[in-house]
Amino acid sequence: MIPVDYYIILSAVLFTIGALGVLIRRNPLIIFMSIELMLNAGNLAFVAFGRSYEIAGGEPFYTGQIFVFFVIAVAAAEVAVGLALIVEIFKTKKNINIDEMNSLKG
Amino acid sequence: MTIDLILFLILSLVAIAAALGMISSRNAVYSALFLVLNFVTVAVFYLMLGAPFIAMSQITVYAGAIMVLFLFVIMLLGAENIASVNALPWQRPLAITLAVILIVESTYLVFVRSASSAIITAPEAALNDMESLQNMALALFEKFLLPFEVTSVLLLVAMVGAIVIAKQEKAGQK
Amino acid sequence: MYLSETISSGFFFLAPWLVFAPLTGLLINLIFSKPFKFSENMVGTVASLASGAAFVVSVLLAYSVSINHGEVVRWRLAEWIHIGTLNLDWTFRMDSLSTTMMLVVSGVGTLIHIYAIGYMHEDVRFKHDEGRFNRFFIFLNLFIAAMMILVSGDSYMMLFVGWEGVGLCSFLLIGFWYEMDTLGRPSWANSNAAKKAFIVNRVGDFGFLIAGFLMFWHLGSFQFDEVFKAAPAVAESAPWVIVAITLFMLIGVAGKSAQIPLYIWLPDAMAGPTPVSALIHAATMVTAGVYLVTRSASIYTLVPQAQYIVAMVGAVTALFAATIAVGQYDIKKVLAYSTISQLGFMVAAVGMGAYTAGMFHLITHAFFKALLFLSAGSVILGMERGHHHAAHAHAARDEKPKGKHALSKVEGKKEVKNHGHEEHGDEVFDPGDMRNMGGLRKTMPVTFWLYMIGTLALAGIAPFAGFWSKDEILLDANLHFTSIYWILSAAAFLTAFYMGRQIWMVFFGRPRHEAAAHAEESPKVMTVPLMVLAALSVLGGALNLPFEGFHNLGHWLGYTLGEVESLPLDLKVAGISTVLALAAIFISWLIYGRNPLKAGQPDPLKKPLGFIFTGMENKWFVDEAYFAVIINPFKKTSQFLADVIDWRFWHDFVHDTVILGTYNWLSEVALNQYADQKGIDAFANWLGAATQSVSAALRKVQNGFVRSYALSVMLGVVLILGYLIFK
Repeated sequence: MIPVDYYIILSAVLFTIGALGVLIRRNPLIIFMSIELMLNAGNLAFVAFGRSYEIAGGEPFYTGQIFVFFVIAVAAAEVAVGLALIVEIFKTKKNINIDEMNSLKG
Repeated sequence: MTIDLILFLILSLVAIAAALGMISSRNAVYSALFLVLNFVTVAVFYLMLGAPFIAMSQITVYAGAIMVLFLFVIMLLGAENIASVNALPWQRPLAITLAVILIVESTYLVFVRSASSAIITAPEAALNDMESLQNMALALFEKFLLPFEVTSVLLLVAMVGAIVIAKQEKAGQK
Repeated sequence: MYLSETISSGFFFLAPWLVFAPLTGLLINLIFSKPFKFSENMVGTVASLASGAAFVVSVLLAYSVSINHGEVVRWRLAEWIHIGTLNLDWTFRMDSLSTTMMLVVSGVGTLIHIYAIGYMHEDVRFKHDEGRFNRFFIFLNLFIAAMMILVSGDSYMMLFVGWEGVGLCSFLLIGFWYEMDTLGRPSWANSNAAKKAFIVNRVGDFGFLIAGFLMFWHLGSFQFDEVFKAAPAVAESAPWVIVAITLFMLIGVAGKSAQIPLYIWLPDAMAGPTPVSALIHAATMVTAGVYLVTRSASIYTLVPQAQYIVAMVGAVTALFAATIAVGQYDIKKVLAYSTISQLGFMVAAVGMGAYTAGMFHLITHAFFKALLFLSAGSVILGMERGHHHAAHAHAARDEKPKGKHALSKVEGKKEVKNHGHEEHGDEVFDPGDMRNMGGLRKTMPVTFWLYMIGTLALAGIAPFAGFWSKDEILLDANLHFTSIYWILSAAAFLTAFYMGRQIWMVFFGRPRHEAAAHAEESPKVMTVPLMVLAALSVLGGALNLPFEGFHNLGHWLGYTLGEVESLPLDLKVAGISTVLALAAIFISWLIYGRNPLKAGQPDPLKKPLGFIFTGMENKWFVDEAYFAVIINPFKKTSQFLADVIDWRFWHDFVHDTVILGTYNWLSEVALNQYADQKGIDAFANWLGAATQSVSAALRKVQNGFVRSYALSVMLGVVLILGYLIFK
């Protein structure tokens, strides 16, 4: 008996916290984890909406879940590549403070 | 005040606390662990929303594989030694402000502007309910076949990419 | 184009050749003499033939007029001006008066052309410029042409065209040796004399033009017949018009015929070569004024007051000029003042109404004055030749001692030829100064006898021509205007006196300079025309003897002027004038002839007459007075206008200071500093600076920190969401 709004609010809050983490933390690993948090918040919203459709429609509705399935897969791929990148950067710079990566400074 | 609601509230508090802990922890390992906690909580939510497969895959993939990967890299990089001057001191207040505003906006959107408010009930699912899983698999392989195949390619590409990036150049070797 | 009023027979169609024959001669010499390398004789012959052709045409025209009993024939050559009521044509008027003038001008002119061949041959040699020979004859022919236009014109304007033309030729010929003075030194003197002639003539022309304008305005035309027809009516209604016309014409006459107060150019005009003095300033151009008055006889008779003024002007001029001639030392200057004096006689004659007497004296004066001038030219050249021979002799003598003349005889002679003048101790030799002459009777006999004939004719000794003509004037004066008679008689006395003085000083006594001692006679080409003129001077009286049946000229002119009174010979008047002339010659012999002057001796009249002689010597300081009263103030005024007004005020102040300064101030201060630098530049620079500062500020966005980029994304999200929510 939970209104879908509550789920959505939760999702929004989690998303915001993830965004906050991206903005505040200087460790790229933490930033990456915040990004995962954001993705996760999105997944939650997907599932919540899918469920409300299913209830409203009366028949089984799997699109939301399948979407989340794909998101998880993509998140996994992204994490793999991203972490490899971070490792490489650490090899070069011996330091993974994101404020040190300012070669794009103009 | 049904049991659903109480459960929801407690779990959401846990989730939010875990998230906050993640972003504010100085120790990267603690952050990772907080995140794991968050993921598990969200998996319970999935269960409450009638998506058992997703709940399980969340725990397995996200919390199990991805976070482990994270932990590997944390240990690899010796992530404790982040002791440098904050180059953007004004970022933190501004970011927090923006985050607050965003939350306010979202809340406003959801509560004031939404058209209807559907009520979600937990599914009456039996323990041996394979039917929903079967149906989902069918949907996955019938309706969403293309994205499925593309995802496999994506995973391949990611794998290759990760290997290429992380490959070490040995001296004298190409 | 042919318009003949009444013509039965005759050669009137030849009329344009009066003008075109000299013009043809001029053009041939002008165009062909250089490329075809005409010799001097060739040029002179062409010019003389041209002038002679004009003479032949004049003879034929005179003959034609006579067989038509003096009827006036007008022959139109071309249309000139036809505007409104003004109708002027180039028409030739052939009547007895104009043909008389034509004959005199072309006849004497041709003789002078022939004389000039010989004269200029030597003159260009003495002045070391052989190339200038041709130009002389071109100008002479131009003069004949212009004079022909003057005397053959049928209207006052055509006459004026010729009037101006002869003025121009006078200028060109007086200033022939424009870069030197009469003694050959580089100077402005000759060109100043030419300018003086031209400008003083201009003053006369001004009078003529005013008369012309009045004529056209009140009488309606310039053409002679129409004017004479309309004049009486206007004389009745508004006599001041006719008086004004005649008096303004008198100004023109005073300019051209050298009367007081405009005679001053004629003595200076002696700077030109002697043939010029003879032709223009003795025989022809200066008589144009007399011709003008004679032509306007019918107007003058309408206003006796003006006539009296004309006569007085002439008489006073005659006496005044004669007094000046007494004190002159230059042989040509004496003759110049004599010309002015004789012109005074002529003007007095026509002023008294004795037109025949005036024209008669004009003709005889042309003969003997031309003779005198040309003989004077012969004397001058003789002196030059003598000077040259003396220089040769010196050089030959100086060659023997060593020194700068140690050259061979041939070279020495050549050197002397070039430096002949300077060898004599750097003196400048004036061949025309009578104080250098003396005893030329022995070395130049032909010239001496010719000069004698001219002198006797001028002095008025019977039976030479001058006696008859001068006597007629005196007769008329005696009968009608006694005061004028006395003045003219005094002038006649002085005339004989100064001519006698000249004869004694030049031809008698001993030579006062070696040039005179070595003088040589002139060649035949010069003396033969003189003999012709001498014959005319002797026999010219026959033109109008005061005996019944011999008033040829009077009868002839009567066709044009109406019946003129023919006065019989009055023995009393004739006797008095002859006695006066002989007495004058005798007195001059007493002073100059009995004890001939020696070299360096001052004039014997100097002491007795004292300041009077000084006045005579210095032409009564008239030129100096003109300078002081007119010329110098004029120069000062124009200097002032040029320097102060034009340069200092207009140029320096208004242009430079005011206009230029304002402009500079405007462009420098107002526009450059304020508008440009402070205004536009500042704005443009501000734009650049603003852009720089904005871009410097904006550059800070690109700080290279990923976190700040992410922050901006977040900001964007918040804003968009806010916009979408609150839209």
